[in-house]
Amino acid sequence: MQPLLAIKNLHKSFTMHILQGKKIEALIDVNFTVAPGEIIGLTGKSGSGKSSLMKCIYRTYLSDGGTINYHSNDGVVDLIALNDYEILHLRKTEISYCSQFLSVIPRVTALQVVAQPLLKKGLPADMANEKAMFILKALGLSEALWSGLPVTFSGGEQQRINVARAIIDPPKLLLIDEPTASLDAATKAVVIDMLIGLKSQGTTIVCISHDEYTLQHLVNRCIHLEKGIIVN
Amino acid sequence: MNHYSENWLLKVEGLTKIYGKSNVRSIENTGPLFDSNICPETGAIIACADINFELFPGEVLGIVGESGSGKSTIVKMLYFDMEHSAGCVSFHKAPYIGKNILNESNQSKRAIRNHLMGMVYQNPRDGLNFKFTSGGNIAEKLIMAGNYHVGTIREKATHLLEKTEVPVLRLDDLPAHFSGGMQQRVQISKAIANHPPLLFLDEVTTGLDVSVQAKVLDLIRELQQELGIAMMVVSHDLSVIRMLTDRTLVMKNGRIVEQGLTDQILQDPQHPYTQLLVSSIL
Amino acid sequence: MIEQNKFATQYRFAFIDEATKREIRRKLLKAIAIPGYQVPYSSPEMPIARGWGTGGLHVTLAIIGPNDIFKIIDQGSDASVNACNLRNFVHTMTGVETTLDTQKATIIQTRHRITEEVLKANQIFVYQVPQPEPLRSVERYENKTRQMHGEADYAKMWVSLYEQYVRHGDIMLGAGYPVKVNDRYIMAPSPIPRWDIPNLHNSEAIHLFGAGREKRLYAVPPYTKVAPLEFEDVKFHIEDFKGKPCFRTGYKKAFLDELYYDDGSKHYVINDSNFLDKLVNKETPIQHENAYLNKLPHESL
Repeated sequence: MQPLLAIKNLHKSFTMHILQGKKIEALIDVNFTVAPGEIIGLTGKSGSGKSSLMKCIYRTYLSDGGTINYHSNDGVVDLIALNDYEILHLRKTEISYCSQFLSVIPRVTALQVVAQPLLKKGLPADMANEKAMFILKALGLSEALWSGLPVTFSGGEQQRINVARAIIDPPKLLLIDEPTASLDAATKAVVIDMLIGLKSQGTTIVCISHDEYTLQHLVNRCIHLEKGIIVN
Repeated sequence: MNHYSENWLLKVEGLTKIYGKSNVRSIENTGPLFDSNICPETGAIIACADINFELFPGEVLGIVGESGSGKSTIVKMLYFDMEHSAGCVSFHKAPYIGKNILNESNQSKRAIRNHLMGMVYQNPRDGLNFKFTSGGNIAEKLIMAGNYHVGTIREKATHLLEKTEVPVLRLDDLPAHFSGGMQQRVQISKAIANHPPLLFLDEVTTGLDVSVQAKVLDLIRELQQELGIAMMVVSHDLSVIRMLTDRTLVMKNGRIVEQGLTDQILQDPQHPYTQLLVSSIL
Repeated sequence: MIEQNKFATQYRFAFIDEATKREIRRKLLKAIAIPGYQVPYSSPEMPIARGWGTGGLHVTLAIIGPNDIFKIIDQGSDASVNACNLRNFVHTMTGVETTLDTQKATIIQTRHRITEEVLKANQIFVYQVPQPEPLRSVERYENKTRQMHGEADYAKMWVSLYEQYVRHGDIMLGAGYPVKVNDRYIMAPSPIPRWDIPNLHNSEAIHLFGAGREKRLYAVPPYTKVAPLEFEDVKFHIEDFKGKPCFRTGYKKAFLDELYYDDGSKHYVINDSNFLDKLVNKETPIQHENAYLNKLPHESL
């Protein structure tokens, strides 16, 4: 079976012009593949390159070298070689990124934040809101907060909204950073179940996590990074 | 995948604006490497030079830079508020396909401004006529597009004010009596009155209070999603750029120093100036 | 007697020198060729001050010939001081026959009214114009209004009419209602009342407009479309005198003056003095016909 993601010889470094051109190596010769439907966990200490790896896949970071072959609906493409518009198209249709913290947009309620991916797709508001409410309920976010503004919520509440938004419209490839951070044990289990459930909808997941429980119950395979290199 | 590269709505090539007399070396002796817009030999000011970029339908493009970077100059030239010194701008809308719209007649330019472009200025006084009511300002655009029915004009104006969350009761009030944020929203209503495919926003929230800023930005974001208008957002404020745009151009001393996806520009800036700019966010 | 002779021999026919007459005639031809377009002209100095009808006088003196018959009215009256003075002046400078009879005249100079009696193909109607620029109320700058006319960019004018409607429930312009000539230029018809506006449309006569102080000439040639600016749902209408009759003739279908007497009583009388005289003498002058007159309620006719 063709891998969904095939990363070969990936290099990423940062050149800090402010620090007189000091170079920092973030990823050195990274190679791995992800099969369709797999749930991969990226592990490693802070600064080991986990986030950099995800961001290189999502193209937030410009890679220095190597190839990231992605099996899109239009065939296999090298994510590093695509132009801006092609990347934007993939981000709209196939690849989603859920960052560690919720990015807060002023004046948008919790429910709207979660419903947005469906609204963007063109779904009617009532249908989108219904699905959003269903997920928020399952994640245990109290109804009172649904019309509240996330900027005022606790870390855990924000995280629930973040995850809800990521899973409401399951993408082909989901890159998710610390899905269960700040969550209590019960909610953790719900989130893990939901993420596993995405598999049946055709989603492949690459996630970063420090949490032992998550790694045990969610992830099929771990990739461990140390100072930008994969070690096993 | 490559069908994207030909689908642009607006294509800008070699756009240049020079004040004063320049010579053949003026452009190459100015720019970010020289940290100057002024030609050392003739004293000519190169406000911007060699500007090349494309804008796709429904895309939001940000232009960020500090004062004197030339960002407003570009938008002013595209909206025909200012004469260009050189360059070609192609607009993929009939009947202008294949033409350089910078060289079109005044009549054509006015038609383009009325039907195909909308502009929101930093200062509402530039975009609104303070002697007319808010409804009258919107009516001006509708009349220019050939609406001569007062009832219909008022209906459309009311609808637009509702969309921009301006109280409909203020339809017949003068903008001079509105707050800054409301004036901006009336400007936005006027700009989108004829459903143009392209909207320019020139520092539209600069100078507004933070809460008002948030309201206006949110409105712009909603309108963009609802109407699918392509937008060019000029700002020196990176958080505005982050909130609204998909792609960004970074400008310094009249040149584009970096362009790319907005999240890449903000999180993995390549050019030294971009790194400086991004690290300066409070 | 001696002064009059001296006077007569020191000035050429029609007071203005031939070169200037020629220039004004050429500008008038251009004005007629471009209906409604304001043509700049030399506007030579006259023995009356600016603002007292120099523009109208320029046109009259440039086109008048020894066989013309000249009439001049001021707000409809042949008898006002200024009408009398200008009539005397033209007669003294040219020796042409003057008349009070609208039908007899070949050149009629007017200040702010069109005659009630219909104008014929052999007649030229000359208007004294204070402000030739219809866009002046919305745009102060001459170079901008020139550009607006050149590009037919009249949106601001329309918006000002919309604003009036919004503020007062109707377009409030009483005199000098802006019109569109030949579907191209917006023109200021001089401060004539709304009653007279429809009579510019498709007229048999030539209408020439002279603004001496502003130095502009413009024209509406015969059988030209002249349409008052109106919205699809806010239409132009003429004055309705609500069935008040002229107290001297009982006639209702004319533009009326309101007169107050010392005893406090108020009477209406026909404004056009020659039309009034003819009706009083039981003559039957032929009046202008237009669509807006027919829209008035029955008792106003």
